[in-house]
Amino acid sequence: MIPAAFEYHRPSDIAGALSVLAEHGDDARVLAGGHSLIPMMKLRMADVPHLIDLQDIDVLKGIKIDGGTVTIGAMVTQHEIIVSDALFAAAPIMREAALQIADPQVRYMGTIGGNVANGDPGNDMPGLMQCLDASFVLEGADGTRTTKARDFYEAAYMTERDDEEILTHIVFDATTAGYAYEKQKRKIGDYATAACAALITKDGDTVASASISMTNLSDVPVFSEAANAALVGTTCDAAAVKAAVAAALEDIDPTEDNRGPVEFKMHVAGIIIARAIERAWSRA
Amino acid sequence: MKDEVTRDDRVANLKGLGCSRKRVEDARFTQGKGNYVDDMNLPGMLTGDFVRSPYAHARITSINTDAAMALDGVIAVLTAKDLEPLGLHWMPTLAGDKQMVLADGKVLFQGQEVAFVVAKDRYIASDAVELVEVEYEELPVIVDPFASMKSDVVLREDLDPTAPGAHGPRKHHNHIFTWEVGDEDGTNAVIDDADIVAEESMYYHRTHPCPLEPCGCVASMDKVNGKLTLWGTFQAPHVVRTVASLLSGIEEHNIRVVSPDIGGGFGNKVGVYPGYVCSIVASIVTGVPVKWVEDRMENLMSTAFARDYWMTGKISATKEGKITGLHCHVTADHGAFDACADPTKFPAGFMNICTGSYDIPIAYLGVDGVYTNKAPGGVSYRCSFRVTEAVYFIERMIEVLAIEMNMDSAELRRINFIKKEQFPYNSALGWEYDSGDYHTAWDKALKAVDYEGLRKEQAERVEAFKRGETRTIMGIGLSFFTEIVGAGPVKNCDILGMGMFDSCEIRIHPTGSAIARLGTISQGQGHATTFAQILASEIGISADSITIEEGDTDTAPYGLGTYGSRSTPVAGAAAAMVGRKIRAKAQMIAAYLLEVHDDDVEFDVDRFVVKGAPERFKTMGEIAYAAYNQAIPGIEPGLEAVSYYDPPNMTYPFGAYVCVMDIDVDTGVPTIKRFYALDDCGTRINPMVIEGQIHGGLTEALAVALGQEIAYDDMGNCKTGTLMDFFLPTAWEVPNYETDHTVTPSPHHPIGAKGVGESPHVGGVPCFSNAVQDAFRPFGNRHTNMPHDHWRIWKTANDLGLHD
Ligand SMILES: Cc1cc2nc3c(=O)[nH]c(=O)nc-3n(C[C@H](O)[C@H](O)[C@H](O)COP(=O)(O)OP(=O)(O)OC[C@H]3O[C@@H](n4cnc5c(N)ncnc54)[C@H](O)[C@@H]3O)c2cc1C
Repeated sequence: MIPAAFEYHRPSDIAGALSVLAEHGDDARVLAGGHSLIPMMKLRMADVPHLIDLQDIDVLKGIKIDGGTVTIGAMVTQHEIIVSDALFAAAPIMREAALQIADPQVRYMGTIGGNVANGDPGNDMPGLMQCLDASFVLEGADGTRTTKARDFYEAAYMTERDDEEILTHIVFDATTAGYAYEKQKRKIGDYATAACAALITKDGDTVASASISMTNLSDVPVFSEAANAALVGTTCDAAAVKAAVAAALEDIDPTEDNRGPVEFKMHVAGIIIARAIERAWSRA
Repeated sequence: MKDEVTRDDRVANLKGLGCSRKRVEDARFTQGKGNYVDDMNLPGMLTGDFVRSPYAHARITSINTDAAMALDGVIAVLTAKDLEPLGLHWMPTLAGDKQMVLADGKVLFQGQEVAFVVAKDRYIASDAVELVEVEYEELPVIVDPFASMKSDVVLREDLDPTAPGAHGPRKHHNHIFTWEVGDEDGTNAVIDDADIVAEESMYYHRTHPCPLEPCGCVASMDKVNGKLTLWGTFQAPHVVRTVASLLSGIEEHNIRVVSPDIGGGFGNKVGVYPGYVCSIVASIVTGVPVKWVEDRMENLMSTAFARDYWMTGKISATKEGKITGLHCHVTADHGAFDACADPTKFPAGFMNICTGSYDIPIAYLGVDGVYTNKAPGGVSYRCSFRVTEAVYFIERMIEVLAIEMNMDSAELRRINFIKKEQFPYNSALGWEYDSGDYHTAWDKALKAVDYEGLRKEQAERVEAFKRGETRTIMGIGLSFFTEIVGAGPVKNCDILGMGMFDSCEIRIHPTGSAIARLGTISQGQGHATTFAQILASEIGISADSITIEEGDTDTAPYGLGTYGSRSTPVAGAAAAMVGRKIRAKAQMIAAYLLEVHDDDVEFDVDRFVVKGAPERFKTMGEIAYAAYNQAIPGIEPGLEAVSYYDPPNMTYPFGAYVCVMDIDVDTGVPTIKRFYALDDCGTRINPMVIEGQIHGGLTEALAVALGQEIAYDDMGNCKTGTLMDFFLPTAWEVPNYETDHTVTPSPHHPIGAKGVGESPHVGGVPCFSNAVQDAFRPFGNRHTNMPHDHWRIWKTANDLGLHD
């Protein structure tokens, strides 16, 4: 558990970080909270000759809520997400989900930017961002561009982000929809056996809109259009929930690991999705 | 009004037996001021790190160290070839086997030590490890002990397949020993004729003690004065010194072994590891200190595991439920080398305590030890030698018998308990239980939890579940355990020939404070607190005025160390005895000072008083002072003593535990609603320390029962090498524990104490497991194996059709 030697860079602005990235290409990586990257370096599964610490870059910090738009800097920690009352008012699902990530020590360090950029299927924020239909702002040598969370993830640890780009902000619309983040894990500090984010709005007695996404049930987060469709227009009764669960399960592809075999994960996923939908509906 | 110091005040001032004195060691631990092996930094110190095998079974065709040696800062790379001329490429194990220090021609488990890199710092050492080129030729891997016993593949090519091993004849080239206790024919005859017989096979999975601090050492050979000093994470420092002397040829007085603060041991730090041997050799070769500290993955993958017992039982009873016989067979997976840490004559430890707390007239136990391509070990993780396995076995057999008889298992236990008047009780498998009052403890426990009420609630829940009103079922886990701790009498207990006595030495200073040293070593048990309390009550000096030191072989008297709950039963007894020696001399000094006959003074809390004239007395402080400043005819100056205690018998703590658990059948998630633990450890030295030990042991029991496991795939890859997958519970997973007690002193221990550190683990594992299994009993469950993690619980529900 001893990493190989590396150069440590600590730029104070994005341009500085981008120039180190440009200079060293594949040999350089940015460091946010370090709670995914540093363990990989210690296990020598990641070889990073040039580490670019982002913590001095002020524009990557802070949570802004402007009208109906929430903008979160990439370096905002999970702890800051939990304690922000303004964010809780704008999108309460953020707190509920962040509280289920790891433990307080990890959350003091781990950032939202690192969590969504990492591309680990076990990370909880990517699925949540898809549920919120968030946009990711990326900055590179050629300037700034915006991409959708729902298009971002290609495979485990593979995202649409170019190696020489930095994720600077995450943007989504404030939402007062009924919400739930449901997660089963073996213990505090564990990644999900199955997790599901749900946002549901109500029109009278029926579902006006639904957004269901899942974590650690495929090699990428899964946003299930079919599950949403199965709920919209229904009264979210048992039959509708069952149909939505069936649709969501069609979209996932879990693999066996120490948490259990596929058969178990499919079953638990169904339960967790149903619970997320039911809780979100009860709050809609 | 004058403030009078009453006798009660004087007793309270001692902070002796029975006082919930705060742990004196916590001031430094809670402030980060502990001194652990890895805190040591000596001038010029080098660091060692291992090249380890990625394969579970392979032949080594070549090792090329050139690139590693070329790296700046690398001093040496040791392989078996370098150790061979010293005869140190293999080392003896505590179980009479031998183990490779560095791979000699082949590797037998994943993570095995292949080469030892010595470098200027830990970073360079790790870089160099990557540069050592080892070529392997893979061999067939065996991870299943039953397959091993049938396989043509010879794991241990170094052993003559026809020659007997350390524990008698071997049946197969992968077989280690057969150990039998009891009357097999007689037992079979009873079982064959019985009204009722219940049979079950169960697997007590492989797990690991996983102390928070991994293993490590610093070896320092001083070439000028010829002295070797070894600081390390040793649960038995004196034995390490003797072993080091025998292995290295350095005379024992020239070796000093020191265990500094130790961050938990739980059996993991009893044995000798290749890292210690390599560090010593490296320090001898380089002439400077060498540190080796393993990381978490190395600790989990290569140092001593626990359990891995495949147990098959048959238990017979009359129609009324009186048990008539017990048959147990174990296939014990010991991994690549037999490195179990048991007393020499007990290759399966005290597994023959498996008749439990019950009066079973006839029994038989047979254990077969087997080699596989897994890490060596087989230590007693927070238990006396194999006692958790034994207690788990009998407490499951009781449940299975209750199912067979359609009977309540609490009642079945009650019918079969050894009765109070039967103690000392001779068990069918050869132990003499010292004391017990099981019925009283059981009744108290069942009453405390309202057992009848719980059963009613459970029955209602089953009905509600069947009506579809809930998806949560309820389990009531029971366990009643008897431990056997305090190894042990020298007549039958030794480790590498060293009798398992223990010791205490004390010096009373002229001003009436003292320093005492013992042959044991605390790893979190709080010895500095509790041993001082024993001495305080015996001698009459406040515990606050007694320093306790352990773990430095240059200063402490010889002892066999701390494991198997032996510290209080053995070294604690030595402390009481040494106190009595001090008191005997103090009595003579007091009598002289008071100008009366020795027999005319008597001890009273903190002083000797003239019989019938309590106003005439000498305090222990005054007596200590006189011992140093006054010439007393016929009495040597000074006030010190040493005692080596050879216990006449083991001690047998017991307890009654109840766990109430809810299980979500859809997700397999268990929730502990209640946990009640009644412990009887005889005389209670410090109730607060006892409570702390109970909480810790129960938490490790919860871990083992509900998920903690060392698992391998078919290729022998360890799947649980990090704390992401190896379950260590946090405060979140741990319930609120309710603790309770009865007090049945040990009749042979000087203060009646029995030891308690391991009881909660021993009793806790079956209790948590029984709670899971009991929840499914109304739906047809008989037995499922631990660990009861979410998916295995889910699978039980699924197999019973609860998801249909
Ligand atoms: C014990 C433990 C338990 C955990 N449990 C969970 C859990 O349950 N759920 C969960 O979601 N996570 C969990 N985590 C992960 C934790 O939340 C991480 O902190 C998080 O995933 C990564 O954030 P970070 O800030 O630490 O990123 P880092 O580790 O610093 O970086 C991760 C990766 O993202 C890249 N990166 C970081 N920031 C940027 C950026 N702005 N632009 C481009 N690339 C960037 C880095 O180069 C690196 O490749 C756990 C971690 C630990 C140690």
